[in-house]
Amino acid sequence: MTAQGEPRWVDTAISRVLRGGVVLSTIVIACGVLLTFVHHPSYVRSQIALRQLTAPEQAFPHTVRGVIGGAEQARGQALITLGLLLLIATPVARVALSIGIFTVERDHLYTSITTIVLLLLLLSFVLGAAG
Amino acid sequence: MTPLLFLVTVSLISFGAGFLGSLLGLGGGMIVVPALTLLLHIDIRLAIGASIVSVIATSSGAAAAYVRDHLANIRVAMFLEIGTTSGAITGAWIAGLLHPRWLFVLFGSILGYSALAMLRGRKRSRERHHVESSLARHLRLGESYFDDARGEEVVYEPTRPIVGLSLMYIAGMVSGLLGIGSGALKVPAMDLAMELPIKVSTATSNFMIGVTAAASAGLYFARGQIDPFVAAPVALGVLAGAFAGSKMLGKISSRAVRMTFVAVLLLVSIQMLVRGVRG
Repeated sequence: MTAQGEPRWVDTAISRVLRGGVVLSTIVIACGVLLTFVHHPSYVRSQIALRQLTAPEQAFPHTVRGVIGGAEQARGQALITLGLLLLIATPVARVALSIGIFTVERDHLYTSITTIVLLLLLLSFVLGAAG
Repeated sequence: MTPLLFLVTVSLISFGAGFLGSLLGLGGGMIVVPALTLLLHIDIRLAIGASIVSVIATSSGAAAAYVRDHLANIRVAMFLEIGTTSGAITGAWIAGLLHPRWLFVLFGSILGYSALAMLRGRKRSRERHHVESSLARHLRLGESYFDDARGEEVVYEPTRPIVGLSLMYIAGMVSGLLGIGSGALKVPAMDLAMELPIKVSTATSNFMIGVTAAASAGLYFARGQIDPFVAAPVALGVLAGAFAGSKMLGKISSRAVRMTFVAVLLLVSIQMLVRGVRG
């Protein structure tokens, strides 16, 4: 029961987008962690491996191309990074899909507000990539 | 320490951060960063990258439940996100011009003041006349939610949307500049300026912080600050903690939420002041 709110389905749809993104990224990250240990059984016991894994200069995938190439070869770390990217994309997907939801509702005010937010968000990505 | 033990330790700490963060509308960086750097000796840049992941995980992990239960007000969030995103852009733009040291001191003090204001605030605001806002009515910001702790539907009408929007611009700028404090300024702004119920303030802040953090996460990723082996246990632990927290918020009393928030806010404020003074 809402006082003056949106119909139920708006909240349900936004809620499902968030849940979907979370479930998907959790599964991918967990598989990546499992795969890392399967490929490197020594990680369960070795003391030295951790320092290599958490060294700032260590080579781990941090470009989209590196992630996709790595995931094809089923490398654990690349799979984890893919899951992390899905997690990062979830709030952005939430904003983008909200525009569609408000449009279907013919809620012009909130369609505009959400479009402004998405444009600002994309602008910050562009500026971030440039800077 | 073996990689396996590291994974388990970081997951457990992150569970706590996600649980507390989802209840209070904070990202959990104030737990994740010190735990990784001081306890586990992880490089600060990788710890900050992991804390950005923690903010997004806290937000998305709990927000699904908060939106469904109407604890998070999506219209208030969408409206205020105009302020936080444009603030974040300004913050990143002027980052080189201001010395972070003074910003830490300045915002550490502001947070400390906000914590005290929130502690005293309620008594005064009950006496104070509720300012009707025609803009808030036009934006249809009013909502209601079912409070499990009180066993009744709580109807509320936010006030001063423009003050709220301006404060969100500042909050966005601070997170853009310092990479922290994403929720710490949002909750007091919604509580003190817009007079939202405390649970709605923390749940709506929780809903919003994911968007603010996602804007900078791409940059951290490209810079190679998101180490999969550090970020994976943070993400998994925080997601589980936030999910558990989202089941709790409805059931605990508003007073308990407020008191815990004030206590944590004071700690964050001290953390910031220490960083500023030490330089």
